[in-house]
This record gives sequence, C-alpha cells and structure tokens, in this order.
Amino acid sequence: MPAASSIGAGSLRGYQRRVIPIIEIVLFAVFVAAPIVLQDYITVFVTRVLILALLALSFDLVWGYSGIMSFGQALFFGAAGYGVALLARDLQITSAFIVLPAAFVIGLIVSVAIGAFLLLGRHPPTTIFVALGTLAGSYVADRLARDWYYLGGQNGIPSIPPMTAGGYEFAEGPAYYYLTLTVLALVYLVCRFVVRSQFGLALAGVREHEARIAFLGYEGQRMKLAMFSLAGAVAGLAGGLYAFHEGFVWPNMLGVVISTQIVLYALLGGVGTLIGPIIGVIIVEIASFALSDSVPKVWPIVLGLLLLFAIQFAPTGLIGLVASERERVGDFGRPPLRPRHTDAAPDDAAA
Amino acid sequence: MPLLEVHGLTKVFGRLVALSGVDLAIRENEFHGLIGPNGSGKSTLMKCVAGAEVPTAGTIRFAGQDITVSTPAKRARAGLTLKFQITSVFPALTVYDNVLLALQARSSTTGLIFSRTRAALHEHVMHLLERFQLAKRCAERAAALSHGQQQWLEIVVALACQPRLLLLDEPTAGMSLEERRITGELLMPIKRDCSLLIVEHDLDFIRNICDFLTVLDHGNIIDSGTVSHIQNSRKVREVYHIRV
Repeated sequence: MPAASSIGAGSLRGYQRRVIPIIEIVLFAVFVAAPIVLQDYITVFVTRVLILALLALSFDLVWGYSGIMSFGQALFFGAAGYGVALLARDLQITSAFIVLPAAFVIGLIVSVAIGAFLLLGRHPPTTIFVALGTLAGSYVADRLARDWYYLGGQNGIPSIPPMTAGGYEFAEGPAYYYLTLTVLALVYLVCRFVVRSQFGLALAGVREHEARIAFLGYEGQRMKLAMFSLAGAVAGLAGGLYAFHEGFVWPNMLGVVISTQIVLYALLGGVGTLIGPIIGVIIVEIASFALSDSVPKVWPIVLGLLLLFAIQFAPTGLIGLVASERERVGDFGRPPLRPRHTDAAPDDAAA
Repeated sequence: MPLLEVHGLTKVFGRLVALSGVDLAIRENEFHGLIGPNGSGKSTLMKCVAGAEVPTAGTIRFAGQDITVSTPAKRARAGLTLKFQITSVFPALTVYDNVLLALQARSSTTGLIFSRTRAALHEHVMHLLERFQLAKRCAERAAALSHGQQQWLEIVVALACQPRLLLLDEPTAGMSLEERRITGELLMPIKRDCSLLIVEHDLDFIRNICDFLTVLDHGNIIDSGTVSHIQNSRKVREVYHIRV
C-alpha cells in the first residue's frame, strides 16, 4: 500500500498569490491610524461606518458562509440597541462590561428564537421562505416599536448617557472609535477562526450542497442555526455600540430599510469573504458622505445604479475583482502536497 | 442476523406504485446487486433505504435498529452511506477537502470549530485518495476532475464515512470501458470493510463483483439469488428477454 508519507515535499501553499490577507492588514492599519489624521467630526462618521461594518459582517456570516438569505439583521441590531437603551434609561447601567455582553446576548437570544422557527423544520427551508420570514420579523418589530409607548413610540428612546468603563466615559470621537475598532477586530478574528476551521469546511459543504451533506452525517439545519445565532449576536453587538454612539434609538433601527441596506452593501463588497462586506460599507458610506451634500438629488440614483451594476456584472462583489474564487473559498485541510515522484501516472488513464 | 432487512417496502407517488411490498436482506460483507429495466424501482428502493424518500409502507431495519423514518444524517452516522446516481461532489472544494469533509463528519461541533481532528485525519485522507488513484489531484478543485474521476471521488467520499453498508447508484454511469474495469478492481477490496448494495445497468460489471442479485420489475421482485441462479433463471429471461 502506498503510504501517505510518500506524498512528500513541495507544499502548494505558496503556489498562488493571495491578496485577501494583504487587504486585511492594510485596511486595519488604516483604521488604527485614521483618528490620528482625521478631524474629530470625521472620526465620528467613521465610527458609524465601523459599526455598520460589524452589521454587514453579521449578514455575511449568514448569507456568504451559511447560504441563509436574511433580510432581518436589523431586527437583532435594533433589539439589542433598544435593550441596552432600556438598561441605561431604567437601570442606569452604562458599563461597557455589562452593556456590550448584554447586547451580544440579546442578539443571540432573538436570533436563536427566530432561527429555530425558520430553520428547524422537517425539511430544509427554501431561501425565499427564510428571506421573507426574516423580512417579516424585521417589519413586525419596527411596527411594534412604533406603537409601544414604553419604547418611546415613533420617537424611540432619546438621551442615552455615554458608555462607561469604571470612571471613564467613552465620548464621541477617538475614544469611542477605538472601542468600536477593538470590538470589530475581535469579532473579525473570531469569525476568521471559525470560517477557516473544520467547521468552516462543513459550512462550505452546506452552502454548496445542503441536501448532499446530510448523507455524510451532518445536521445541516442545526449548523445553519448555529451560524444564524452567531450572526445575530454580532448584529446585537453592533446595535449596542450604535445606541450608545448615537445617544438614542428609534424604530428605524429595527426596520427593513437598514436590513436591506446592509444586504446591498455586503453584496457590493463581496460576500463569502469577511473583508468584502466591510469594504462595501466603507465605499458606499464614504461616497454618500462626500456626494450627498454636493449632489443630493443625483446621489441616490448614482448609488442605485452602482448597486445594480455590481449585482449584474460583478456578482462576487468588488473583492471578486482582485481575489480568485479559489482564494475566496479557501482550503480547509492541511496544505495539499504535491507527489514527490511523477513517473507513474495511473490516474491519467481516467483523465 | 442480516445487516439490512427491508420488509414489505411500498412507495407510491400519486397513482404510480414505484415499489410494492419489496423484501430484501443483506448480510455483513455481502455485495448485493439490484438489476432491472428503467423504471423498475431500483433507485427508489435505494433512496428509501438511504432516507432520501420516506416509504409509504413497510419497514427498514439496519443493524437491528428500525430506521424507516430516520433522517439521512442519522442513517449516515449509523453506517449507511449513499453514492448518488448523479455525480454530486462538492465542486468548489479541493479533492482533499471533499474527503476531509466526509471523514470529519463524526467529529463533535466543538472539535470541528477548534479543528482538533484535522491533523489526525490527514494520513487517512491521503490513504483513501491513493487507493483510488486521486492523490496527485488532491490540491485541485473537484470540478477540474474528469467525469470518471469525479465518480471515484464520490466513492472515496462515501467510503470516508466508514460505512457498514455502502449504497452505490450506478457508479459506472458515463464511464469508459477502461474506467469501468478500474472501478471494479477498486471496489473489490472494500469487501473486507463493508457490505455493498449496488444498482447498475452494466450487467457484466455487476456479475463480476456481486455475490447476490435481486431483479426488480414494476416495483416487484422477480427473482433473487446467487449470480449463477439468476443467470439460469428462466423467469428472469422470460420477463426481460435478456441473458444476465
């Protein structure tokens, strides 16, 4: 029997150019340096971009990595935002060590409940069923918040005090920016670890052929629920950060507009890679920031056309223009090895 | 006691009776062939056994357990693996990852997240790929393989699930004569490890590797027995006008 050890030297790991790690390093280096060179009001704007990037990352986890089309990420975002706003308003709890974990847990609980309902049927649900189910959840939550007096109705909950850590207040500007960046970086690293693990390989199998993977022994629907819940928790974390950053929460945070916006941003950047949706959010938000004042009437049309072109001509998003499919899908096993000797070629007979 | 016992299996699609009270028994390390003309119910029987279809009536017992309504995943973990008729490898994954995906299926979720079995399974992945002459292609995408090699990869993936009973639905479909010959040679050694239920139209191929044959027609069993018994069965010859 030819032993595996005969497959010897010559790792193929470096056989192709990898661009995603370079983009990741450059982008996070720019994020770290940004407040040093930017004026404070722009830092506040970029903080908002980072929070939306976190939300886009949560959508990427469900659609890009698990094949679940969710139009309801704002539901988890807004629910956690309202949850921490109530903690601050009614219980005067503003400690980052409590409100951020609370936001994470609220997002997790809501997403587990919605996900279990939508995903754990006897048969795998269709994409359209889950898309409409999440969209309906987001819409219902929006309407509920608008009509619930305790939640402030149409006006939401205003005047949320700043987030604190001990005696320190995270005011708008560089302090809150670095707090957000730290959360984004940690979430990014955890997600990277998960999607590149053997669990990530199983997810790739679910994404490619869910019906087939069941015959290998995988419970695809449960795996999807796990990722849906993780994504809900990440969206919740984003909602908690957003509530304290803006100082208020309002029903739009739960609604279909943010849910849909995030889908489009992520698709523009490129789902199925963690960095793609972040790039999508950055580009659209910066373009909006720059152009919405100078050409306010034309900008929404330009944005709409840009997204239509991206979906039509670059379905893998902007990241797909620079990273190969192979790099985006990735390798999950140990680096495949090239055989040491190439004289015998029995498999060529079948090629 | 047989490894697989199918009793009174019936499957009805609307007004079409695809299977009508089929009985089948497969012992450990037995290679059992299912033959019959198109539409006789072979693939439906396979799908019912694997869990892709829920039978209308009847029972399926595997290793002493009633699995009639178990999910495919539960059956796979019990040791019952199906290779589909239509090639269904994971095309965007590498050949290596296709096999690793099947091998790691019994790892716990925590074990998968922390990639605890990745290193330990490496030798096993390479051994299986070598056995089916695919080791040299391990770094390539599965989509890049020829049709025959994709069929082999699918057999490797099925074997990687460490089945006690392997269900092969037309494993040589679309293969050249040379590929069919190699496939037969590659399948024989697995008799040590598991039983086989195989649906195949190539009667020479199935006669060479199977111990027992069951002949189906219109959802009913026409005859069942050893290869020589079926070869000499007048009933089979009369019904199908073929020499088995």
